[in-house]
Amino acid sequence: MQDVKSVIIVGVGGQGAILVSKIMTNGLIQAGYDVKQSEVHGMSQRGGSVSTQVRWGEKVYGPVFGKGCADMLIAMENMEAVRYADFLKPDGVAVINDYERDSMTTASGIEEYPEGCLKAMQEQFRTIAVDAEGIAEELGNAKCMNVVLFGALADSLGMDDIDWEAVVAETVPQKARDLNLEAFRRGREAAVNAKA
Amino acid sequence: MKQLLSGNEAIARGLYEAGAEFASAYPGTPSTEVLENLVQYKDDIYCEWAPNEKVATEVAYGASMAGARSFCTMKMVGANVAADPLFTAAYQGVTGGFIFMSADDPSMHSSQNEQDNRHYARHAKIAMVEPSDSQECKDFVKMAYELSEKFDTPVLYRVTTRIDHSKSLVELGEREEHTIEPYEKNARKNVCTPANAYMNHPIVEQRIKKLAEYGNDCPFNKVEMNGTKIGVITAGISYQYAKEAFPEDTSFLKLGLTYPLPIKLIKEFADKVDELYVIEELDPFMEDQIKAAGIECKGKELTDEKYELNAQLLEERIFGKTPDTKEVAVKAVMRPPALCPGCPHRGFFYTMSKGKNYVVTADIGCYTLGCAQPLNAIDSVLCMGGGFTVGMGMSKVFERTGADKKVFGVVGDSTFFHSGMTGLAEIAYNKGNVIPVVLDNRITGMTGQQENPGSGYTLEEDAASMIKIEDIMKACGFVNVFTVDPQDLKAMQEAVDGALASEEPAAIVARRECRLLKRAEKPDGICKVDSDKCIGCKMCLKVGCPAVSFKEGKSVIDTTQCVGCTVCMQVCPADAIKKEAR
Repeated sequence: MQDVKSVIIVGVGGQGAILVSKIMTNGLIQAGYDVKQSEVHGMSQRGGSVSTQVRWGEKVYGPVFGKGCADMLIAMENMEAVRYADFLKPDGVAVINDYERDSMTTASGIEEYPEGCLKAMQEQFRTIAVDAEGIAEELGNAKCMNVVLFGALADSLGMDDIDWEAVVAETVPQKARDLNLEAFRRGREAAVNAKA
Repeated sequence: MKQLLSGNEAIARGLYEAGAEFASAYPGTPSTEVLENLVQYKDDIYCEWAPNEKVATEVAYGASMAGARSFCTMKMVGANVAADPLFTAAYQGVTGGFIFMSADDPSMHSSQNEQDNRHYARHAKIAMVEPSDSQECKDFVKMAYELSEKFDTPVLYRVTTRIDHSKSLVELGEREEHTIEPYEKNARKNVCTPANAYMNHPIVEQRIKKLAEYGNDCPFNKVEMNGTKIGVITAGISYQYAKEAFPEDTSFLKLGLTYPLPIKLIKEFADKVDELYVIEELDPFMEDQIKAAGIECKGKELTDEKYELNAQLLEERIFGKTPDTKEVAVKAVMRPPALCPGCPHRGFFYTMSKGKNYVVTADIGCYTLGCAQPLNAIDSVLCMGGGFTVGMGMSKVFERTGADKKVFGVVGDSTFFHSGMTGLAEIAYNKGNVIPVVLDNRITGMTGQQENPGSGYTLEEDAASMIKIEDIMKACGFVNVFTVDPQDLKAMQEAVDGALASEEPAAIVARRECRLLKRAEKPDGICKVDSDKCIGCKMCLKVGCPAVSFKEGKSVIDTTQCVGCTVCMQVCPADAIKKEAR
């Protein structure tokens, strides 16, 4: 299974992880890879912790993978990055939207939101942290945070033969095309700056 | 070009291509998307949401009896509701092919237990088919119809969450029309009198023997010989995990027809390998039968009966390979699901959370989340319809012991039509000291907005008669029915007090649209905290809204999440929360 790449996308229900995986899988299918993707519906969506997995290669068997198997962790929220950190290979890359969202238990004061989530990730993994939330708000629509984040991770996928900008353009709804293309470009730039 | 489809999307496509004519379902994760996708073919296939799984099975079976290729689907616990018609349909056989789909949920991502519904095939003595990816999800539907018609059997189409909700590439085909033969009455076969059932039973036993023989050489079951050292017998999603986890020279017997098992084929395969493993999720369903046939194999002592598998877990449990991971210095705290901002159920559960002697027996749906902190307002959730009836049983004991408890039996609107109405009759008939409450959010919420007999629309988006819950309650003898907007906390408390004080049987309908309903009015504003006025009492945190948090001694409302429902504003003692235009 050397040639199979595995990515896990994590966040809070409603943050738009599905669109990120859709852009990714569309590009990979066009490039001729065998692709599998897995997500969970139902109760966990209601503001809970959610994860989606994408795998591609010459031939992919399992649509899901276990701990220590991910080449890349894409986290839409800092604490969720920490929650799923053990899915990453030791040399895997974490791409994180530097953003903290209370859970129901931290918002209501039952427990504390842990401090230093992003720093803890940076200590252990090659990490690209971007303020995708802030960039999306600058663009006037907080909802395009997911596409900003996709821009930030696109180059780390190592799929240089795929024109991701074109894939974004054809995957997102046509009326939101320009906004999402701008979101993608800004995310991509932010990742370059984050590395430097 | 091949398309990336989820298993459920592929099953819908398979039904279309196989010439199916009739489909009925009650929504339930992870099965729901089959009918949601199938309805695009409504010109060719009749599609409906049934009030419950038993009804879905019965109408689909009736359609089969009339000659159509028919289909019903449900989550695994729904099969318990549908078991009655299924077991007798098994005796009577089919006319048009009949597929009964059960979507199991190993690891209980969205379920109340982890039952393994493969046992239903053995228990009902019917054929069972298990696809292992989306291509098979599609292709096996047509093959299952042929099997159903050839062997005169309902087919249990058994899938799991990772089959339903994983996407893989599928080559599509064209629809092949199926011809419905003219109806001929066959009361000998189709009327389940004891005398007829007596004659049907030997046919059923004979059928299972023939199916087992067929399984030894059929397109569902495949042998992949790669070496003679290790052999793996597997099916469904476990095949994918095993292919990844076992060495390349491992041979596989991949089963698609998993009941009855092809024992002859299994024996032949076992004889060709030195070491035999049976890889399956949940119960040792295949392993027990294989061992009973005198074939030595390894399985559950290594793989475990609980939760989902994956390749990494198999590597760990069978070959002792632990994954290479790094530990981070910080630990994540829980992020449980919660009622959405603006959820109409919040006002009801907040009201319940304040009553010291209230006992709340609730049900399956979004409103199960009323159990979570900080609302913590539910005593029990058992099953669909159990909200009314578990409360009924408790109230009878409280009466006997003189316990000072006020029992509220709570169900949602869809659950009311599913199996709440019989419980309502029970409370009326046997004079229960329990207040039935229907949380009517005008839609089936948890499974993602499906229409129901109270919502006014069908699955095919036609206008339908909108059954009024209050009318049913009144017809059962509930003289005082309090209809209330649960978001108005004062009115909600008054309805509760009024129902408790009523001399005559009383019930409550708490009605407000789900925030996610497409037809719902757009939010007309958001709530904001005046931090000068906020006294930091944390009262607003007690309503359990994800948009409200506490920072540096003051409450804060997240403007991206708030939809202006005002429940937090109504509980603020300092008048520090105001609603503003968005």
